[in-house]
Amino acid sequence: MSMPFYVAPEQVMKDRADYARKGIARGRSLAGLVYTDGVLICAENQSRTLHKVSEIYDHIAFAGVGRYNEFDSLRTAGVRLADLRGYSYSREDVDARSLANAYAQTLGQVFTHEMKPMEVEILVAELGIDGHADQLFHILYDGTVMDEHHFSVLGGDADAIGERLKESFTEGMDLSTALRAAVSALAGPERTLTGADLEVAVLARNNGRRAFKRIQDGELEQLLS
Amino acid sequence: MSLPLFPMNDPGPSFSELLRRVGGEPPVPEGGGGGESAPQVTHGTTVVAIRYADGVVMAGDRRATEGYSIAHRAIEKVFPADRHSGVSIAGAAGPAMEMVRLFQTQLEHYEKVEGSLLSLEGKANQLSQMVRNNLPAAMQGFVVVPIFAGYDLRRRMGRIFKYDVTGGRYEEADFHSTGSGGRDARTTIKLGWKEALDRAAAIELAIDSLYEAADEDTATGGPDPVRGIYPTVATITEQGFERVGGDEVEERFQALIRRKTEAGHPA
Repeated sequence: MSMPFYVAPEQVMKDRADYARKGIARGRSLAGLVYTDGVLICAENQSRTLHKVSEIYDHIAFAGVGRYNEFDSLRTAGVRLADLRGYSYSREDVDARSLANAYAQTLGQVFTHEMKPMEVEILVAELGIDGHADQLFHILYDGTVMDEHHFSVLGGDADAIGERLKESFTEGMDLSTALRAAVSALAGPERTLTGADLEVAVLARNNGRRAFKRIQDGELEQLLS
Repeated sequence: MSLPLFPMNDPGPSFSELLRRVGGEPPVPEGGGGGESAPQVTHGTTVVAIRYADGVVMAGDRRATEGYSIAHRAIEKVFPADRHSGVSIAGAAGPAMEMVRLFQTQLEHYEKVEGSLLSLEGKANQLSQMVRNNLPAAMQGFVVVPIFAGYDLRRRMGRIFKYDVTGGRYEEADFHSTGSGGRDARTTIKLGWKEALDRAAAIELAIDSLYEAADEDTATGGPDPVRGIYPTVATITEQGFERVGGDEVEERFQALIRRKTEAGHPA
């Protein structure tokens, strides 16, 4: 019978975190930011059909970076949780905070108990209505939740992008200005990103009950120009 | 509440299946009897759907009854199912409202999970399954018979589906009406319907039919100018489900009443 080697728990956690971070760093980043009429989420994504940004509920959007299959299953679970809550209580009782907590629970559980941590970072954004502020919850692979104001950047290159966005961000930007700020922050000084490289969606206050809307093709080009 | 994750036997994009997994389904009534011995519950009455040039008009009276008394004077029976379809209900109001809520959630849930819309036919079949699931309750006397109508974005036309208690789904080419005054309403529509009616004429016809139904059927509510309660009317076109404003409906009813008064009411 072979004896397993002793590995210190600190080392186990560190290895897992490194593994998750490496996986996330392989993919492209995304940014979510608050503008005058709502929340904008802009992701670098060349696919038209495999979305990184999606609708969860009336005023809640989801965005994920890292392994597609992992964040997509989290997205589906989020839609299920939100719809179940809305059906058993009422539509107003579905909020981003409880959803972010549920995500944090699951990610934390997987990080400590499973063989492999999830290689994802997710953003849960909620549009504030009736005078409430917009909310951005940034959740890491190990279940850490960060409640961020104004903007949030997810992905491997998040620090550098965040620095750039911090410089260009001002409160009360309109959609076009906010989008251009996000795109130039994502691109950095050496690259330029066009509409074909981007996946853009908003939670807009003037959009009716379901605030989520994708911005595509002609409309996107118009906002970028 | 933790995330509903299903490593095995994923419920897919179906909300009603998900509800079953988490044990949130409403209980099915047990025991024999039914019919006469069923407890008296609130009943919704007459609803109509008419196809016209741009889509479909749906309308319903506002009365709910409990046996011979009026349970509610201003109940809503016409609901949006999603952006391009609507559902109207007749029968036991409690299970019917519940069915509408489940149906609305089901369509939106599918759309969000799958990232694409169900076809109109697919939506009609989903409702059919829900009516069928209500069959045990229907046998106890809680019958729900909806009408489903919508604008088919692929065929570019309005379409109407009717149901029976077993979940049988039948497409109606031009119009349909159900509920206690459904027969009277249908006769009126039959006499006035033409191919490619415009919006105004279709709304007029729906209003006429509800008036005639209320004239013949005790459970169908007519216009109530004293309280300012008028039937619900909605149009479903390429632009989506849209409720016809209260003022417009009121105006049309008043015109109808004037016309009837001037003509001298037949007995």
